[in-house]
Amino acid sequence: MSEHELRVSKIRNGTVIDHVSGGQSLNVLAILGIDGTEGSVLSIAMNVPSGRLGRKDILKIEGRELNQDEVDVLSLIAPEATINIIRDFEVVEKSRVERPHRVRGILSCPNHNCITQSGEPVRSDFEVLDDGVRCLYCGTIVREHLAQHLLE
Amino acid sequence: MERKHLLTTKELTRSEIEAVLDRAAEIEAEGLHGASRDFLLGLMFFEPSTRTRLSFEAAAKRLGGDVVDLGALEASSVEKGETLADSVRVLEGYADALVLRHPREGAARMATEFIDIPLINGGDGAGHHPSQTLLDLYTIRKHVGLDGLSIGILGDLKYGRTVHSLAAALTNFDVTQHFISPESLRLPRDVRFDLHETGASVKEHTEMDDVIPLLDVLYVTRIQRERFPDENEYRAVAGEYSIDASTLEAAKDDLIVLHPLPRVDEIDPAIDDSPRAKYFEQSHNGVPVRMALLDLLLGGEDR
Ligand SMILES: [Zn+2]
Repeated sequence: MSEHELRVSKIRNGTVIDHVSGGQSLNVLAILGIDGTEGSVLSIAMNVPSGRLGRKDILKIEGRELNQDEVDVLSLIAPEATINIIRDFEVVEKSRVERPHRVRGILSCPNHNCITQSGEPVRSDFEVLDDGVRCLYCGTIVREHLAQHLLE
Repeated sequence: MERKHLLTTKELTRSEIEAVLDRAAEIEAEGLHGASRDFLLGLMFFEPSTRTRLSFEAAAKRLGGDVVDLGALEASSVEKGETLADSVRVLEGYADALVLRHPREGAARMATEFIDIPLINGGDGAGHHPSQTLLDLYTIRKHVGLDGLSIGILGDLKYGRTVHSLAAALTNFDVTQHFISPESLRLPRDVRFDLHETGASVKEHTEMDDVIPLLDVLYVTRIQRERFPDENEYRAVAGEYSIDASTLEAAKDDLIVLHPLPRVDEIDPAIDDSPRAKYFEQSHNGVPVRMALLDLLLGGEDR
């Protein structure tokens, strides 16, 4: 990206998520529960040429700093992503996402007959596999469309 | 036994399995006595299963213990909307160990998060049924050993929890597993994933004719009517995956036939008298095997 492009999309406070696998940024927004109706400034660049990934997406989200749970889930669909927390136009924190071994209470199990889907007082619990996640209660493996299984 | 609960066969090592089978053999040799243990076993069956319930009850009583059968109570509390988490916490106070049968996958694992006493998974939905597998293995070992075998598993492989548990346990042994089912009832993805991860020798088939001559054990399971949208399709499939004398003509002389029971018509009663038919013996083996399991889970060594 050129200097000019970077300048027009700078944000004052918020998060820049870089190195998202090309084409995944809409899923990232779904994971973060952002649909544009919040009214805050949001810029997305999709399929930008990138040495490391071939094509990458970049998201700039004004007024929102990601928390650890959000970063954990993000890592499932964008394992190469870097997170930049911006305050007053400065990067105050820069980190790579780390793939967690487990994600608790974030995804819901797609197996309707799973005990976690029956109103019991229990949090969902998924083991992270190389290419998906697996419910630790019923064993169901989810590889596609993780964003559709986010708990409200 | 180091473990506190028995939830799936995936967690069992070969030596743990052998410890249970060896203890069961001792108990059987002693005429189903050989242990005297004072305990109360809580039976929580949220699904009808007279057979498994009675087998646990017989095992507990022969071991010197007794049972509290919470079945009727539980049916009523399910209707009132009590959670399983609440039920097990209440019932923990009445018993020294629990057996739980529940229609949902993962129920047994969740239950253990709320209690401090041992729990045996007596079947969780289409998930696991580990005590059945132990008696299956006991029967197989008795007749043909547990290594250097080809085992055919036939029928409803998708929803059959006895199949899922058996397949996982067999990965501890030198066994080639042949899975035979209609396409719509093949093994679920997570079970195939686990088998693959262990490096097990596994083959899937939709027809049994070519497979039968290879087998030392044929494990038959019931294909249920409710898995099919219409009666005709069900009848066609059920007919194709059933066993009679002619099916077994090409089999090895010492092939044995097992079935977790109850059967409907997937095994022709005409072969019940054949020396191959071991399914009633298999069912009887539930008692010594469950005695051994209870004995070990309740602390067999420090008796
Ligand atoms: Zn689940």
